Amino acid sequence: MSQQETRLIFKHIDEQGYTNDIDCYVKNGGYEQLRKAVTMRPEDICAEVLTSGLRGRGGAGFPAGMKWKFLDRKSGKPIYLICNADESEPGTFKDRQIIHQDPHQLIEGMICTAFAIQAKLAFIYIRGEFFEGYKILERAIEEARKKNFLGDNILGSGYSCDIIVHRGAGAYICGEETGLIESLEGFRANPRIKPPYFPAALGAYQCPTIVNNVETLCDVKHVIEMGGESFAKIGTPGNTGTRIWCVSGHVQKPGYYEFACADITLGQLIYDICGGLKPGRKLKAVIPGGSSSKILRADERFIGKLKDGTEYDWGIEDIPMDFDSLMAVGSMSGSGGVIVMDDTTDMVEALANINYFYAHESCGQCTPCREGVPWMRKVTQRMLDGEAREEDADLLKSIADQIAGRTICAFGEAASWPVQSFIAKFKDEFVEKAQEQAARRKEGKETAETTTLI
Amino acid sequence: MISLKAETIEKIDKLVPRYPTVRSAALPLCHLVQEDLGYLSRESIEWIAERLELQPINIQELVTFYPMLRTEPTGEYHVRVCRTLPCALAGAYQTCRSFEKEFDCKVGHTSEDGLVTLGFVECHADCGKGPVVMVGEDEYTDINPKKAVEMAAKMKSGELSKGL
Repeated sequence: MSQQETRLIFKHIDEQGYTNDIDCYVKNGGYEQLRKAVTMRPEDICAEVLTSGLRGRGGAGFPAGMKWKFLDRKSGKPIYLICNADESEPGTFKDRQIIHQDPHQLIEGMICTAFAIQAKLAFIYIRGEFFEGYKILERAIEEARKKNFLGDNILGSGYSCDIIVHRGAGAYICGEETGLIESLEGFRANPRIKPPYFPAALGAYQCPTIVNNVETLCDVKHVIEMGGESFAKIGTPGNTGTRIWCVSGHVQKPGYYEFACADITLGQLIYDICGGLKPGRKLKAVIPGGSSSKILRADERFIGKLKDGTEYDWGIEDIPMDFDSLMAVGSMSGSGGVIVMDDTTDMVEALANINYFYAHESCGQCTPCREGVPWMRKVTQRMLDGEAREEDADLLKSIADQIAGRTICAFGEAASWPVQSFIAKFKDEFVEKAQEQAARRKEGKETAETTTLI
Repeated sequence: MISLKAETIEKIDKLVPRYPTVRSAALPLCHLVQEDLGYLSRESIEWIAERLELQPINIQELVTFYPMLRTEPTGEYHVRVCRTLPCALAGAYQTCRSFEKEFDCKVGHTSEDGLVTLGFVECHADCGKGPVVMVGEDEYTDINPKKAVEMAAKMKSGELSKGL
């Protein structure tokens, strides 16, 4: 396995002298793919994207070409494209770099995509906290409009499309595509039920809509440049292209690193690329794909069979970083947010922190989630307030089990997976917490401890 | 009646017709009015509703749903500390405690002298540089407790930008 980054999307990120204005972008070959795209037949671009095997980079990893195929083109209604720039899965910070440092790459990818699906209008739904990113995108769109890369009759092709940048206002649920659409339409971001509200059929304004992540839309530009077949050669079959891994937590060099899928293992990423852990510390656990992905324990053995039948027997450090391998070990690559925890981490505190997040972000539409997630937060908080009970681990699991699969959107799973996996992997620590407190109580000592993560 | 800057009115008039439906402009209008006036008063909510031919409840329900929309003014400085896991692993809670001590103000409140509103926020998507702190619209990264003390001093002296 090589350890060289393959910088496709992040080619110019942090490059000395590279600026985010249109002149710099064009000087570096920018908008050439759009020139090419508008001379192609839209359906040929869709076919290239399908051939490329490109999977969505927002979290679910659904093939983008397939998503586009579901588009209802017969309805006669206008088609919309939405770029999901709500980047809010804890641990993920890749889209921010694209928006801040290379906004035209996103705009080019978007107009290529809009042309391919023949969208009438496109939106960038950007999270409200990206104040600077919003201004950068607004400016970039005006620059592109002046050069006729968007707007009316783009590059003389007869195709017209505009982009509206729409700001969110601090709600995580807007990253869920149907919640995002509700928000765009001026409502609370309560996700819609699928079926019937698959965006490709009944999306924004009840019209066929494609929602893609920032990174996915940038990938489209590169698919057009190299062709679907060549793109599919990057990475491994079924896991094509590159992934941007955002590493945070207890490593020496946190940051973002772009590698071809499966080109690197989790161990290489942590130890070789991110400089390993702080001196004297040991790896305890990794959340590999944003805070909702299931946690992996450092001393686990992962044994099983991959989709293609290959048998594997991995330690945590051997796991290849791609969609299918991380799914095989019971977690997911999600949005690429790798959160590393060393042996100083108290797992009850870490889970309490995560539970706080999801309790804060539940939209409140479905009862199991609205009631259950804050309940899980209260249990973990009580444990840290000195009132832990030995049965709390089982209680937490039972609440989580009653949320997952019983809600309109995947938030129910997103909030339950951390709880289920923390209990499955670290139950001993939850029980010990209660036992330690019981022992202290017996001695007449204070049971609550000072916490650092909540 | 609320009084908005001519610039805000101009932005609103330009923005509304761009959307396929008027209602889509509701959230952007909340942002624009809040940026102009500092917060969304009852009058502001009624004004937005009327401008978009909606009922006040249609705006009120957004204001109560979206964390960034507020119905009260903030202190001169609006300090938001990210407390989500990656920032917490980097020491965000200690950073926040440092601010609390410096301003003699509990997180979630405004200091008595009105200098600062201190709050927690959820993940701001810059987890590689935690702890992340926002002051108004300006982002500060790698803010350990010591740097928080320095930032607090600059807020007290008025040196630090309010990030508006």
